[in-house]
Amino acid sequence: MSLSLLFFLVIGAVSLAAAFGVVVSRQPVHSALFLLVNFATLAVLYVTLDAQFLAAAQVIVYAGGIVILILFVIMLIGGETNDFSAAQRTWSRLVGLGLGLILLIGLGYSAVQRLMPLPADSTALQGGAPKVVGLELFTNYILPFELVGVLLLVALLGALVMGRQPEGAGEGIPSVKASDR
Amino acid sequence: MIPTSYYLILAALIFAIGATGVLVRRNALIIFMCVEMMLNSVNLTLIALSRQWGNLNGQIFVFMIMAVAAAEVAVGLAILIANTRHRKSINIDEINLLKW
Repeated sequence: MSLSLLFFLVIGAVSLAAAFGVVVSRQPVHSALFLLVNFATLAVLYVTLDAQFLAAAQVIVYAGGIVILILFVIMLIGGETNDFSAAQRTWSRLVGLGLGLILLIGLGYSAVQRLMPLPADSTALQGGAPKVVGLELFTNYILPFELVGVLLLVALLGALVMGRQPEGAGEGIPSVKASDR
Repeated sequence: MIPTSYYLILAALIFAIGATGVLVRRNALIIFMCVEMMLNSVNLTLIALSRQWGNLNGQIFVFMIMAVAAAEVAVGLAILIANTRHRKSINIDEINLLKW
């Protein structure tokens, strides 16, 4: 067994364990931290796949942005539910597990069915450094790139509107008094 | 060099775990995290296939997916907070106003 294969297996095992932890954790905070581990291991795999820029973007956007956002929301709204209580319908969980197993069998079969040969050469990627990705992004894909900017602006406004305090909330706190707006 | 198929199988496993989580859990926040995990596993397949064919298009696609995922998380969590203000619960079974 070569060293790179051993590395892949260890990282993949950690990634799978973290994914499993997200699903089975009782506390949402633990789920969020397992999610962080999953994202970090995927960033490591991106480096082994000649995608250095995306590995950095993965750490910044997912680990630095999205997980922190989720943790903030958990702090705001608590997030406790009675997922594991006896009152929970047992058949719904069995049906969910069964459907997940069917999906896994289908996906796994189609992936194992056509095992791919090793890539001939990936020199065109140049390790996925920021330079090549940026050149591609700002020449062939400039329109989608600009549209992503518009999308992010719309999402920002949408989040602001949805997350706004209702009128009359925050009484007694001068900075968030509804009449100040 | 590790064959591309290994990455695809790992991504399939993570995707299946995420999908099972969406079906099994009743906590809206955890369902949210599972959806993020599924998005990430698809990113892994795109990057693996990008290397397989020595073509950058897959990586550009992943970049776009990351931007869309960030937007989706911001709006989704805002909806979740707005809903929690009204109902004091994030159990997905109790968020059924649009159900017929």
